[in-house]
Amino acid sequence: MTAFLAALGLIMAGGVASLLAGRWRSRAAVGGIVAGSLCGLVAAVRVLIGGPTPAMRLPWRVPYGSFSLAIDPVSALFLLALFVLAPLAAVYGGRYLEEEHGGEPLGGVWFFTSLLIAGIALVFTARNAVLFLVAWEVMSVAAYFLVTFEHRRDEVREAGWTYLVATHLGTAFLIAMFLLMGRAGGSLEFDEMQLGHASPAVAGLLFVLAVVGFGTKAGLVPFHVWLPEAHPAAPSHISALMSGVMIKTGIYGLLRVLLLLPSPPAWWGWLLVAMGVVSGVGGVLFALAQHDLKRLLAYHSVENIGIITLGLGVGLLGVHAGLPLVALAGFAGALLHVLNHALFKGLLFLGAGAVAHATGTRDLDQLGGLGKRMPWTGGTFLIGAAAISGLPPLNGFVSEFLIYTGAFAAALTGRGALLVAAVAAAAGLALIGGLALACFTKAFGAVFLGEPRSPRAGRAGEVAAALRLPMAALAAACAAIGLAAPWVLAGMARTLAQVAQAFGLPSPDAQIETLRGALAWVSLGALALLAAVALAVLARRLLLRGRTVTAAPTWGCGYSAPSPRMQYTASSFAQPLVDLFQPVLRTEATATLPSGAFPGHASFASATPDPAERRLYRPLFAGVAALFGRLRWVQQGRIQLYLLYLVATLLILLLWKVR
Amino acid sequence: MDSAPILRYVLAFALAPLLGGVIAKTKAFAAGRNGAPLLQGYFDLAKLLRKGTVYSTTTSWIFRAGPVVTVGAVAVALALVPMGGARAPLAFPGDFLLLAYLLAVARFFTIVAALDTGSAFEGMGASREAQFSALAEPGLVLCFLALARNAGDLSLSASLGALSPAVWRSHAAVLALVAAALFIVFLAENARIPVDDPTTHLELTMIHEVMVLDHGGPDLALVEAASWLKMWVLGALVVGVVAPVRTGIPALDGGVFLAAMLVLGVAVGVVESAMARLRLLRVPQLLVASGVLAALATALISG
Amino acid sequence: MFEINTLLVGLLLVNFVLLGASRLGTSVRQVAAQGALLSLLTLAEHAGWGAPWRVWLLALGSGVVKAVVFPYFLRRALREADVRREMEPYVGFTASVLVGVAALAASLWLASRLPLPGPVEAPLLVPVSLFTLLVGLFLLVSRRKALTQVVGYLVLENGVFCFGLALPEDAPLSVEVGILLDIFAAVFIMGIMIYHISREFDHIDTDRMSSLRDEAT
Repeated sequence: MTAFLAALGLIMAGGVASLLAGRWRSRAAVGGIVAGSLCGLVAAVRVLIGGPTPAMRLPWRVPYGSFSLAIDPVSALFLLALFVLAPLAAVYGGRYLEEEHGGEPLGGVWFFTSLLIAGIALVFTARNAVLFLVAWEVMSVAAYFLVTFEHRRDEVREAGWTYLVATHLGTAFLIAMFLLMGRAGGSLEFDEMQLGHASPAVAGLLFVLAVVGFGTKAGLVPFHVWLPEAHPAAPSHISALMSGVMIKTGIYGLLRVLLLLPSPPAWWGWLLVAMGVVSGVGGVLFALAQHDLKRLLAYHSVENIGIITLGLGVGLLGVHAGLPLVALAGFAGALLHVLNHALFKGLLFLGAGAVAHATGTRDLDQLGGLGKRMPWTGGTFLIGAAAISGLPPLNGFVSEFLIYTGAFAAALTGRGALLVAAVAAAAGLALIGGLALACFTKAFGAVFLGEPRSPRAGRAGEVAAALRLPMAALAAACAAIGLAAPWVLAGMARTLAQVAQAFGLPSPDAQIETLRGALAWVSLGALALLAAVALAVLARRLLLRGRTVTAAPTWGCGYSAPSPRMQYTASSFAQPLVDLFQPVLRTEATATLPSGAFPGHASFASATPDPAERRLYRPLFAGVAALFGRLRWVQQGRIQLYLLYLVATLLILLLWKVR
Repeated sequence: MDSAPILRYVLAFALAPLLGGVIAKTKAFAAGRNGAPLLQGYFDLAKLLRKGTVYSTTTSWIFRAGPVVTVGAVAVALALVPMGGARAPLAFPGDFLLLAYLLAVARFFTIVAALDTGSAFEGMGASREAQFSALAEPGLVLCFLALARNAGDLSLSASLGALSPAVWRSHAAVLALVAAALFIVFLAENARIPVDDPTTHLELTMIHEVMVLDHGGPDLALVEAASWLKMWVLGALVVGVVAPVRTGIPALDGGVFLAAMLVLGVAVGVVESAMARLRLLRVPQLLVASGVLAALATALISG
Repeated sequence: MFEINTLLVGLLLVNFVLLGASRLGTSVRQVAAQGALLSLLTLAEHAGWGAPWRVWLLALGSGVVKAVVFPYFLRRALREADVRREMEPYVGFTASVLVGVAALAASLWLASRLPLPGPVEAPLLVPVSLFTLLVGLFLLVSRRKALTQVVGYLVLENGVFCFGLALPEDAPLSVEVGILLDIFAAVFIMGIMIYHISREFDHIDTDRMSSLRDEAT
């Protein structure tokens, strides 16, 4: 626990120092975050490899609150993701912010970055509902200030506002949930709640509140509308932190509540599987339709949260059906995907930031040809893209493999509803995988391959080493997890044991051993792939030795004056799929078609606004606004009048009291 | 150790180009032509391997990585496929997922290599490939799911090993559905009619061929080899479902398997001679149909 | 010097002057005087010279802030904004004084009805503190200039402070100091705001800022 508290202290000390440090602002904050994260890693890893569970509880004057923290194996796994990504994002951000916004005051953004990291760490460890909510709010509000860092731009303020409203609506559900939990469980301390015998109605209500409240933070469809607005608005290393770790607090919260609640009925699993499939497919479809690189990545976060939720749902179904292998595989896949997504989404957002930094634009149709100009960024982005598409030999495949295994194992013996859920999960994952591949070949191809589509992209150069290094580290981590999958699962054994115990499953050693066996083959297959590729490279090198290898323009299929503008753009690449899913996406296109014998100007533009925002939230909020609009006469814009309202209220209350 | 899996793996490597020859010969026969020799694939390979190569000035290392990664991924995928009653060299619970995703690796790199050329035509082909394969993916996975549920085991070797003529007699409907779904995936993934026409001469209408337009020499040889191997991988799955002959004698089982592969080649040739390719807008329906067939098969199997 | 009732009457009179003052300079001076009186009152409540050190600390601290620092800020803001008088208040000065009389009566009545946790030594303390509070509120509501609003806010706070003295159990030092810090920050910010408002709009009339409100869309 000392190491963890030292981590919090160092991170916050760096943040505060950054406010005062003038020219050294970024170095102070980065130093604090890196040093703190190392301490935090020590604390988390110690628990994961079998150390005792550190815990502490101090009294707190807030009603029903206590400052009680504990790092159990579940917390430790989430902390691991945080403390791996945070220092890398900080190192990146240190250079990125100084280069991009060197002339502006940055103390504030660093302070809130530190606060965000510390807040997330507290969320993962708080064991008292009041403390949890306080940490939750600290995290959410810190993120708000980071989202609105570039507050001079209208769309950034708009995004910040959307985020703030969404996060507080979510928190409202959480407050309701914790109050109800406290009533039903007799305590607001997580360790003392007695919810094991809560009635099905109460437990169901708690579950739904948790899904809505935590789902809002996680970005589950249809509570995701804030996510594609807010994540692109923040500076890229903050986007990485938010997408990589902050939205995982929603998953953590959901899991934590599930661990407290009584044994899950089947419909919980169905609900999570259904929401997972809808979020996964929906997220990737909307990502396909985007033109903005960071917005595309943000929608992919929705997709990946969907995959994680799908895994949790499969796990719950396994618990309900009494199939330990299904449960274990589902939970293991979901938890590993939490870590994996932090790695590759962090990597991709950092890469997107590097691209935006080098070219000044995030519009896919303005980019191109950066692979040769930015080889490091291109290479690491490729690894991230392959990882998020779930391709071996990288980490994304390992976690998806586990979830698949859970769904398949359920389908082997399941009947009726369980079988339907398992088939839906498997088919959903397959479709998500295929679409993700389409989306990331599009993103990677449009940004890094071919010829530059604009002069800005043509002038770009590789970014500084401080930006490349974190990306390379994350890429290496993606590959390492893919190649060392069985050991990674062994590292999660304690976490899985805790989850299994909470759900009343038998000791999971046998299942973990089964899964480890399969993963050993997976890693072997991954190694075989690398060996086969190496062999092919060698063969080609031998064959081409002494032969003529010439360079020439790309074959234009008979056209003799090709130009970069004739390349397939990201929009045209995605168009067939976008058209196919038009009923869901409702992409709006405006085109001026060429006409006549000597066609003049022609244009085409398309945009895909979020239907949940368009069709669900806008009308809802418009209704609320209309309702409150009736009270508008109260607002006259005179301070004196407002004060009069106060005075009148005060006097009336006073008179009523002393009457 | 049993040498049959390794032997079969090597034989598959050697015989893969033949499958294409069989298809071409069948089509030529149906059209009343003599056609290219059966061994044309080998001749092509030998010719390409002797050549130098030309790289586009637009391309980067991604373009060079495309063929080698593709062929590597497909070669490993082949090691996951059981052939003629023998276990695959690599067999473990969930191996079919590795198989499906190795094919995805191959596809990923073919697509990015195509995009690396900056050619509008190759971009168009890549876009179609991405679309169709995304839609074919659920069908393939659900076929595996149906087979695994039928066998009660999560490995491909066991799933296919559990099939036999007796199972065909008792579960004909289920297996026919799976075979049909797999066959559709086979046609789509290997760029055959009715999804793609490998012999068309118009870049605008191609899918797979147009993506590899700019490769030449040994690179093109690798690309060709990869597509033959891929056809063999998926073909072996179809044959494994359709012709699960079990005599108990490895050599005989292997022989039956090879014969069935040739029949598959003829069948593809017949389909290609008898059908026109579908309009591109209709292809997704066909692929979705394969997914539905496989899902139906899964539901029909009593667990 | 530490006669409680004298000090309370002083406070009362200051309030009336504030109600009738049209010159902003006078208002500032009066509110400074009120601060000084309050600081003396704090000591008087706690046995004059023999008060414990923390009471001294509080008294001196609040005295310095309210009688010296705030007036300094406000006078500076006055100079920067270049205004002297409160023109056309919502309620005229004579009428304000009359309202003050009514407020005093109300405070006396309220004080007699208000249930207090313990006996109060000085019978005037509670009514005067309530009266100060009401005057502060009234100033806030009835005046136009931003500066008078600040004055009203200070008077209101003085009332609260004074009321705190009436309670037998004194609030912890930390709370008092915390409140002081709050007010300090508030006045500081308002001073800056007044300066900026006057620079931006050439006036500090708060009623003319109603055009900034959120219009119906």
